[in-house]
Amino acid sequence: MITLRIDDIPVQAEPDQTILDAAKAAGIRIPTLCHLPGLSPVGACRLCLVEIRNWNGKLVPACATPVQEGLDVVANSDRLRELRRTILELLFAERNHICAFCVANGHCELQDLAAELGMDHVRFPYRFPPLPLDASHPKFGIDHNRCILCGRCVRACSEVEGAMTWGFAGRGIFTLIEADLGDPWGDAKTCTGCGKCVQACPTGALFEKGRATGEQEKRPAIVAALTERRPRAQG
Amino acid sequence: MTVEIEARVAELVKPYAGKRSELIQALHRVQSELGHIPKAAQAVVAEALGVPPSQVTGVVSFYHFFRTAPAGQHTVRLCLGTACHVRGAERVLKAIQEELGVGLGATSADGMFTVEGVRCLGACGLAPVMMVDDEVYGRLDPKRVKRILREVGKDGG
Ligand code: SF4
Ligand code: FES
Ligand code: FES
Repeated sequence: MITLRIDDIPVQAEPDQTILDAAKAAGIRIPTLCHLPGLSPVGACRLCLVEIRNWNGKLVPACATPVQEGLDVVANSDRLRELRRTILELLFAERNHICAFCVANGHCELQDLAAELGMDHVRFPYRFPPLPLDASHPKFGIDHNRCILCGRCVRACSEVEGAMTWGFAGRGIFTLIEADLGDPWGDAKTCTGCGKCVQACPTGALFEKGRATGEQEKRPAIVAALTERRPRAQG
Repeated sequence: MTVEIEARVAELVKPYAGKRSELIQALHRVQSELGHIPKAAQAVVAEALGVPPSQVTGVVSFYHFFRTAPAGQHTVRLCLGTACHVRGAERVLKAIQEELGVGLGATSADGMFTVEGVRCLGACGLAPVMMVDDEVYGRLDPKRVKRILREVGKDGG
């Protein structure tokens, strides 16, 4: 057992747990976005940044940082709130996240986080790049304008389904989630049509066809439910 | 055409069969022989090495070095480094676009020029700078850029 402090509360954790795990067990809320229980942590979105007092105030992603004996973690502070808000604003400014016109309105983790962190406006100019929407798959669609590149779909597809259909194509702000060789989703030979990516997606980027906005509720928890019931092979 | 490419690529990547960690080497080999890596070739590489197609495309599209369409007869490398940026690389790019009809990372419709952006050619004193093939052109302004491109284009390949 390892003992650390999170927001001045002494917390115990197993050595293989992350700061996020330890905080959760202690009932301390840390916002997350790219993290999804059941998938490997990648530390991509930085929303879960926490401050380590006894590391000179260093900022680390709670989802991808293992606990250590004696860590003095700040999980909630004005500084962190401001940083997390800024990250959200950058995400909103990067593509097109106009909730009123989104299929996921009301069921979107990005929208929920904006509300939670009190992000009432965006201080950066919106980029609004004109990105395509691919509706070639019979059951699902992907609207790149809503994608925040969290990679949850990519990991669900490779780590849980094992199909490896989705990948990151391009780089930086021009990155797009693409199927196989950049094929239309409906033509992707490796796609099994399982829909795990759609359930894992925190925004309206991946959606189910034939469902109205109000019904576009995702079930990201199925990823953890599946992986828990089907423990990965050792090694 | 596609069948021909497939057979050729299959031959090229034979030494890398089943070696997932050699993906970049295999892609280099294909590009140095074919000049570019079209989708059909990417599919063959994926199959031969046992790498998911999505990852092959990911690598090809990540590195600016790899191209998926044939390069033009001439390559224009426009410097986007700091000094050139300050001295008006944007205006030069606009002139290139007007003259060739394409911007960064693309090839003109007549197959004559491929336009690329690079970071600092080490000739900051001449900013803004571009290279056309092995020739360096400095102190560019929109008019001069257009004249240079026209002259090079006239001389052919
Ligand atoms: S499609 Fe959804 S899950 Fe995939 S990277 Fe974009 S936002 Fe994340
Ligand atoms: S949730 Fe930790 S970095 Fe995204
Ligand atoms: S910045 Fe253009 S040559 Fe150095």
